[in-house]
Amino acid sequence: MVALRIEVRGRTVEDGSAAAAVASPGSEAADPARSVSSPSGVELRRVYLLDGDPGPEVLAALCETVLADAVVEQAEVLTEPPADPERVEVGFLPGVTDTEARQLEAVIKALGGGDIAAATVRAYRLPGAGPEELATLARTRWANPTIERWALGSLPAPFAPAPVEHARVDTVILDGLDDEGLLQLSRQRLLSLDLTEMRAIAAFYRDLGRVPTDAELETLAQTWSEHCNHKTFRAVIELTVRDEHGEVVSTETVDGLLKSYLRAATDTVAKPFVRSAFVDNAGIVAFDEQWDLAIKVETHNHPSALEPFGGANTGVGGVVRDVIGVSARPIACLDVLCFAPLDTPDADVPDGVLAPARVAEGVIAGIGDYGNKLGLPTVAGAVVYHPGYLGNPLVYCGSVGLLPHGAHRTGPQPGDLVVVLGGRTGRDGIHGATFSSAELVTESTEVSGSAVQIGDPITEKATMELVCNARDAGLYRALTDCGAGGLSSAVGELGASTGVRVDLAVVPRKYPGLAPWEVWLSEAQERMVLAVPPEHLEALEGLGDRWVCEVTVIGAFTDDHRLRVDHGDTVVVDLPMDFLHDGCPRRHLEAVWQPPAPGPAVEPAARPTASSALLALLAQPTVASKADLVSTYDHEVRGGTLIRPWCGPRAEGPSDGVVLVPLECWEGSRAAFALGLGINPRYGRLDPYRMALAAVDEAFRNVVAAGADPDQVSLLDNFCWGNPTLADRLGSLVRATQGCHDAAVAYGAPFVSGKDSLYNEFDGVPIPATLLITALGIVPDRDRTAQAYARAEGGDLYLLGVTEAELGGSFYHELIGRSDGTVPGLPVGDPLAVHRALHRAIAAGLVSGVHDCSEGGLAVALAEFALAGDIGLAIELSSDALAAHELLFSESSGRYVVQVAPEGRTEFAALLGDVACRRIGSPATDQQLRIAVDGEVVVAVSLAEVRAAFCGQEVTS
Amino acid sequence: MTKPIHIGVLTAPGSNRDGEAARAITMAGAEAHIVAFGGSLDRFDGVVLPGGFSYGDALGAGMRWALEVGDAVRAVAESGRPVLGICNGFQVLVRSGLLPGAGFGPVDDDAAGHAPARSVTLTANDHGRFVCRWVSLAVEAGNRAGIDELLPSVLACPVAHGEGRLAVRDAATVARLEAGGHVLFRYVEGTNPNGSVGDIAGLCDTSGMVWGLMPHPEDHLSPAQNPFPHRPGREGLALFEAFVSRARAN
Repeated sequence: MVALRIEVRGRTVEDGSAAAAVASPGSEAADPARSVSSPSGVELRRVYLLDGDPGPEVLAALCETVLADAVVEQAEVLTEPPADPERVEVGFLPGVTDTEARQLEAVIKALGGGDIAAATVRAYRLPGAGPEELATLARTRWANPTIERWALGSLPAPFAPAPVEHARVDTVILDGLDDEGLLQLSRQRLLSLDLTEMRAIAAFYRDLGRVPTDAELETLAQTWSEHCNHKTFRAVIELTVRDEHGEVVSTETVDGLLKSYLRAATDTVAKPFVRSAFVDNAGIVAFDEQWDLAIKVETHNHPSALEPFGGANTGVGGVVRDVIGVSARPIACLDVLCFAPLDTPDADVPDGVLAPARVAEGVIAGIGDYGNKLGLPTVAGAVVYHPGYLGNPLVYCGSVGLLPHGAHRTGPQPGDLVVVLGGRTGRDGIHGATFSSAELVTESTEVSGSAVQIGDPITEKATMELVCNARDAGLYRALTDCGAGGLSSAVGELGASTGVRVDLAVVPRKYPGLAPWEVWLSEAQERMVLAVPPEHLEALEGLGDRWVCEVTVIGAFTDDHRLRVDHGDTVVVDLPMDFLHDGCPRRHLEAVWQPPAPGPAVEPAARPTASSALLALLAQPTVASKADLVSTYDHEVRGGTLIRPWCGPRAEGPSDGVVLVPLECWEGSRAAFALGLGINPRYGRLDPYRMALAAVDEAFRNVVAAGADPDQVSLLDNFCWGNPTLADRLGSLVRATQGCHDAAVAYGAPFVSGKDSLYNEFDGVPIPATLLITALGIVPDRDRTAQAYARAEGGDLYLLGVTEAELGGSFYHELIGRSDGTVPGLPVGDPLAVHRALHRAIAAGLVSGVHDCSEGGLAVALAEFALAGDIGLAIELSSDALAAHELLFSESSGRYVVQVAPEGRTEFAALLGDVACRRIGSPATDQQLRIAVDGEVVVAVSLAEVRAAFCGQEVTS
Repeated sequence: MTKPIHIGVLTAPGSNRDGEAARAITMAGAEAHIVAFGGSLDRFDGVVLPGGFSYGDALGAGMRWALEVGDAVRAVAESGRPVLGICNGFQVLVRSGLLPGAGFGPVDDDAAGHAPARSVTLTANDHGRFVCRWVSLAVEAGNRAGIDELLPSVLACPVAHGEGRLAVRDAATVARLEAGGHVLFRYVEGTNPNGSVGDIAGLCDTSGMVWGLMPHPEDHLSPAQNPFPHRPGREGLALFEAFVSRARAN
């Protein structure tokens, strides 16, 4: 068979580079992720390899219409790879999903060219470059060995004879292995099980009198993984709290973090709007009389470290499926990213780690690509920069969904069919669950390549629509998504209360050659598993045709309480459900919390002026504008985004919370919902307990500032910590969890969902302990919201709440090089009072603008409020007992800058009750931000200076 | 009581702004029908091709969908029923040769006698990235669609696309688009988000029955959705009302 290649290149060569002209199809998936610091003059060509000749007419159509855009591109057909020493070609590794090639095959067939296999390749040309320079660029910029292969010159065509299907099931000998042998087996097979767990498995099979199959061992490892089973959050923990000198202050036994603190808080606050908390793939809360909202936040850290685009892409896909998995229609996405500073010198980047700029670029492109293509607005987020994320970046992905009240069904019955929907199964993403439960090391890129999945949002979209239709027609009795652990986890979970039997031989494959255990464990994306009564199968298959989504029956639910997996006539897994789900021994762990020894509390030789400190803080990457990044996410699709991530007449101001109306709900109630986020890893080193209090307050005040009712707020917890089997990491985790409990109870805000990602370490060094709190608040009236920008006619400014000397972990302390101080906690007194007061004022329509005080304190809040409104502010503060820098830069919780129109002043004062509130100034008549303390002007900056600091060089209208 | 007008909102795998387009059509007084992939278009008084990522933009935005529905949509326009393509729908209309349409421009000499080469395209944004932001759109006076009298002079709505830059074979093409009344919308107030030549945001064909634009007027149907109430630029609903009234006139 002739292998042909079609090369497409730019027709117009601009500025010596054709890359811009030719970077279109698939480019967001393929290329900006690799463009960091590529030298200028690189020409990118798209190459399509065909395993056969579709005939001259089809080739002509491909070249002139389908593959090349004749206005800006040209294509040529080659029968031989070109002899071109100035190029590098990059293509996918065998087994990695090549979506564009699949589409090309479909088009060739539709045009009458027959069944011809296709593959895509990117060709990078750099005239004048030698082989060494090209190889370096390929390694560091253009190719990612986790999913791709590359060659100097041309890549050989990847078309090999199809491998033969085999159904071999291997067994694993455990008998006779000593402790070291068991641990070695766990490491070798990437099981991530500890000695107690391995012993439990060995004992189980000894009693049974047989040896485990490879698939059984893998199934147990997946089901018992930290990722699926949350061993640390269920463990019995002995906590010792010491003071900074090492003296024991207290000891206690924690009977499970999840039960003792997170669930306990939800039970204590007992809010009637909670429909489902902690028991399912996502939390569910009431939206209005008719509708509920589902919400989930996940992490996809390790895959994103290795393959940033694919890792983040499938992170979004995974959390969206969690929401589909509670019968909800996904309607919005959020994401929070933690990277090392983008200007980290290459020399400081360890082997096996991608440069932070490359990670960031790929992750951001991956998140945008998936959400945009699914048609979901990506509306809320944050980016945190800290050197501690160099070897282990964090990628939190969240999704909100909408479902009719009571529409989620969770009870499969014996006799129901096990139906797989959506994507096909390939070798992608095997060992994701256990991999995420291990630390990253230098060799991770080599041993865990198969742990990275590739996303296909179009298949996910079809799956999402199909499930919604099936839900409304009542076609299933239970469902879940294929996430970590793939079918093993999904089928094992769904059948936990009944028993289930499936046949892997009928599972649709992307390509032949998969071993049964690979089919069973594969984390190929975009798959859901449903329990379907046989009488509804035909209707479900009809929906499959409607949405172009594969529907396959792979087995049935039983009543024998066993997990039985066959591959044709071969038994692959036969395990009792009780051992699978309850056999994992509970962990007993030691935890120690000891605050760091007090750092040098020395005054810096020259404290910066307040003006220069303010400008420096505004330019701090974590604080500075993310508007350019946010504009690559579609935050408008579905037409329900009322308060966007950026606000004000020039869309330059960072909003506190965002507010959305679901597309389905315009005609119903007046309700909307708000999303807010709290994260501040800089606090955790000093005081993880207060870090949690502050994170809850930040998320809470974000939604309240946007218009949410503080008595209708739900919370999510996402913990990213280091190795929890080490007492210091775990001690910090316990303290943070205790803080979550106390804050949730204080605010009457239930936790409805959460997730932990532990083992975030690189070569033995943990990331900064990082807690993300997400708040979902109900906005009772979508016309009574508030935005974070000042208005010239908006009236006087007030500071709501109390400023304390709380600079511990603040950006100001980082700026002046101090590492001591008190971390912000909850507002003093009744912490809810200030939030309720603000809400009363917003609901009464008195507030012309409001912005919360967070990173950088009151001064940064005022600068952002002024910049967002494009007006100057004249502010006068009185210091009370505080120093000016404390007043300006302390990050105390529970504070808002509020602007109130003159006619509403009296009513505003009356609504406040005894909540601390001071008039602090008014809009200025010029474009200056002036802040005086006790009559002395300490900050005097122009909006132009604020804009230059906050927005950097790229100021856009 | 006027007769009900039925508008088909077509979808392909990956279409995603069909819900908003259907809502806009409904608010404009017609009955909207979201149509599964394929199927007859005879029963509709007009069709809308909404935004999204048909087939995931593989092989170029709108390419596969254009191969699939180009002929059927052409038949709708030729029978005098209006066609509106938004974002991905606009890309489909351009790629299938419906915009700027038959009769526009000579067959390119280089194209070796095969299908008429296009002289207008929608390609990667000049900055190379997907962009979502609000723009101001001015309806072009004297356009062939004849809707400038029906719309406010400036509309405000968001764009959300990676391949929305209108590019042409040569400068003469722009002049012919303008002279022929094919320009339907332009970005104004410095809001061109993608480097489109001549700030062109939307086109219509020679018959005036096929309209296309990159921005999303269906995402601005009520003042509550507008983040820039102080800027000139009104809701996009008027465009859908104009569309429905064209469908009704048929």
